[in-house]
Amino acid sequence: MSSIFPVSSDGLLRLISDVGLVLLPGLASADYGPSADWGLNLQRPVTEIARDILDLHNLILIICAIIFVVVFSLMFYALFAHRKSRGHKAATFHENSMLEVVWTIIPFAILVGMAIPSTATLLRMDDVTGSDMTVKITGYQWKWRYDYLDYDVGFFSVLSTPREQIENQADKGELYLLEVDNPLVLPVGKKVRFLLTANDVIHSWWVPQLGVKKDTVPGFINETWTRIDEPGTYRGQCAELCGKDHGFMPIVVKAVSDQEFAAWVQQQKELMAAAADKTWGMEELMNRGKTVNNQCIACHGPTGQGVLGVFPAIAGGKIATGPVEEHLKIVMDGKPGTAMQAFAEQLNDLDIAAVVTYQRNAFGNNTGDLVQPSQVKGLRE
Amino acid sequence: MATAASTYHEEHPGGITRWLFTTNHKDIGTLYLWLALIMFFVGGAMALIIRAELFQPGLQIVDPHFFNQMTTMHALIMVFGVVMPAFVGFANWQIPMMIGAPDMALPRMNNWSFWILPFAFTLLSSTLFMQGQGGAPSAGWTLYPPLTVQGGIGTDFAILSIHMLGISSVLGAINIIATILNMRAPGMTLMKMPLFVWTWLITAYLLLAVMPVLAGAVTMLLTDRHFGTSFFDAAGGGDPVLFQHVFWFFGHPEVYILILPAFGIASQIIPTFSRKPLFGNDSMVYATASIAFLSFLVWAHHMFTVGMPVGGMLFFMYATMLIAVPIGVKVFNWIATMWRGSMTFETPMLFAVAFVFLFTIGGLSGLMLAIVPADFQYHDTYFVVAHFHYALVSGSIFTIFAGAYYWLPKWTGHMYNETLGKWHFWLTVIAFNITFFPQHFLGLAGMPRRIPDYALQFTEFNQISTIGSFVLSAAQLLFLYIVVQTIRGGNKATTQVWEGAEGLEWTVPSPAPYHTFATPPKVS
Repeated sequence: MSSIFPVSSDGLLRLISDVGLVLLPGLASADYGPSADWGLNLQRPVTEIARDILDLHNLILIICAIIFVVVFSLMFYALFAHRKSRGHKAATFHENSMLEVVWTIIPFAILVGMAIPSTATLLRMDDVTGSDMTVKITGYQWKWRYDYLDYDVGFFSVLSTPREQIENQADKGELYLLEVDNPLVLPVGKKVRFLLTANDVIHSWWVPQLGVKKDTVPGFINETWTRIDEPGTYRGQCAELCGKDHGFMPIVVKAVSDQEFAAWVQQQKELMAAAADKTWGMEELMNRGKTVNNQCIACHGPTGQGVLGVFPAIAGGKIATGPVEEHLKIVMDGKPGTAMQAFAEQLNDLDIAAVVTYQRNAFGNNTGDLVQPSQVKGLRE
Repeated sequence: MATAASTYHEEHPGGITRWLFTTNHKDIGTLYLWLALIMFFVGGAMALIIRAELFQPGLQIVDPHFFNQMTTMHALIMVFGVVMPAFVGFANWQIPMMIGAPDMALPRMNNWSFWILPFAFTLLSSTLFMQGQGGAPSAGWTLYPPLTVQGGIGTDFAILSIHMLGISSVLGAINIIATILNMRAPGMTLMKMPLFVWTWLITAYLLLAVMPVLAGAVTMLLTDRHFGTSFFDAAGGGDPVLFQHVFWFFGHPEVYILILPAFGIASQIIPTFSRKPLFGNDSMVYATASIAFLSFLVWAHHMFTVGMPVGGMLFFMYATMLIAVPIGVKVFNWIATMWRGSMTFETPMLFAVAFVFLFTIGGLSGLMLAIVPADFQYHDTYFVVAHFHYALVSGSIFTIFAGAYYWLPKWTGHMYNETLGKWHFWLTVIAFNITFFPQHFLGLAGMPRRIPDYALQFTEFNQISTIGSFVLSAAQLLFLYIVVQTIRGGNKATTQVWEGAEGLEWTVPSPAPYHTFATPPKVS
């Protein structure tokens, strides 16, 4: 078979798929983004693996298309020529062992030809050795957490499309449902190893242009890797049904140069240090709290109204207008046996202070309470 | 060959008791087929809710939680409530008539296996009215934990109804095996059996092998949910992925349960309208058996992204690719049957030819999905949704239509309206492709499946798909009309019905008398 499918030579493999691209122009790979309406094929790859996958996909697609056209040309010829209305008399043959053997062997041989390049690509994908850095990805209902194990930096990444756009009360932006507050920032040209797990149910981390899709399974750790060729922003979505807001937990990867990455890491560390010591004003906390509150909307609703009997209201609610300590406690420790998670693990001191401040002053609560990050820090100890 | 018409007995109870207490294979076949048709419209209505929500970006019609209930229920109903009962209905009507038996081997059990079903589906559908307690199951028909463990009371109803459906299927399978192995007319050796009977024999063994596996899987879910076990919970030493392995050990043979009888129906119809015997009858039998055997070795190809050793992925990739060989043999044999025949294109033949053509698209996209590196891009996208609708709609549902048109004259004694039949065919086949072909592009371009809202670049193809789905659904009302019209009247059908039809069922009068082959025919 190797004479038909010279898999040892990537160049020839690509040639076959390129010839196919000329024959079937629709196969040209689309650029991602709002301009890519009518996209017909896989997104433009930005890693070697994604390119290999695209080539493999085009190759198999073209082989399948050729087989399909050949086989069904015969059928359609028969449909037109061998019909009673044209006076065709039925032949009586009904078996031919030679033919049966031939049409068993030939497909088998074609399959072997497909299996060889597939195996080669799979083995490359599976090799996670020799990585330059490691990021732990954790799936949550319905957001992602990224921990840079080598840099002691970690944060949550949540959908930033405003609720009004989803509910058709505002015009949808270009990046509707594909935008987050904190993207995963990665250096280009570095082999990044991903360790994937989940906090609650199974999710799947998928960025098409990187050619990476891997399930995040609670209690288990999966491994995969990528090496991004060019700076840019690449977007994906959760690919495993994970409940109500499965469609609303996008992934955004921002690939930057080494220098920019180093600067970004430094900046993250300074921000985290500064946040803890500074005394924050009402306006700053309210602005930040509004963003953090997006995580609460899923259950408590965009106006804090909750759902009767299931999710308590924040607007005028007992917790949000009662003692500050109780409010902080429920946000940080959650409420066992309900959907209310313990956010102490998920949010930093500043975000907890901000969201509690926000909830105590938004939705008509107007308590005037202002919670500082240092207060949260105190509670943690 | 046939017994004289005067010896047929037509007496049977009237009214509702006829249907409640019947042990007659034809009555029970009719019950199965009507149940399937009713559930087809229920499941179809759910699909329309899904497609309507997806007509444009944003949330318009339903909230995401209800959307998930619809995708889950649509699949459960179409798989267990439409395709499976329809094939059992065909089996009940046709297997005894095709092998020259007076009835099924276990007629009382036959009654029970049917009457479990309406109760099971009542149980399942009632969850839609429990919205205050979480509503219908919403974790997908694959019921993956831990998401399923989070579900409301509807999940428990679904588990119990799956148990009932499983009991019904196992009883039905036992009955079919017992009938085929014990009640064939003298002279009908196994290799002389019509292909429909053969495919059902093999399907019945698949059912016996895997329905208990599903029952085990959902029972473990139930105890994880309520009785403190941790089969699928890592915190208690279990493994969520274990469920996926067990589920797909059932699930992959299950998809062949949904398609092998379709192969059988197509293998009856194509020779009839080609006026030429089925080409490669024996190799068709061997191919069917190989497909069934291989179906037990490929389950993990549904879960390549879950994280498994590379050796495991390679094994499941190779085994899955191998299935393309016997499937190819079947397609080649069907085309060789048409080759140099004397074809006419009545509605059954149109649906059968469309089945061969469109099912092959589903088969080829299945081959693409087997290629592990590429599957990492296809998995859980609309490419998969397109793939299995090509396999199950243009595969199973089209052959169910083909079979219905083919045998309706035998069952009712009337010819259906050929013009309306052709309208039904063309509307269905065109709308089907408008609905599902663009979904290949959506998947490749990056749209995940099971999402109620999507990014803007997916809008155009989703709109085309939704428009197609509404035409497709409307065309099925025409089918209902044609069936009712044919039952109530129409041109008298002859005994043979179709010029090229051969086999024992075409030797009994049309409509087939209430009892046929009380004395077995002789097969030369």
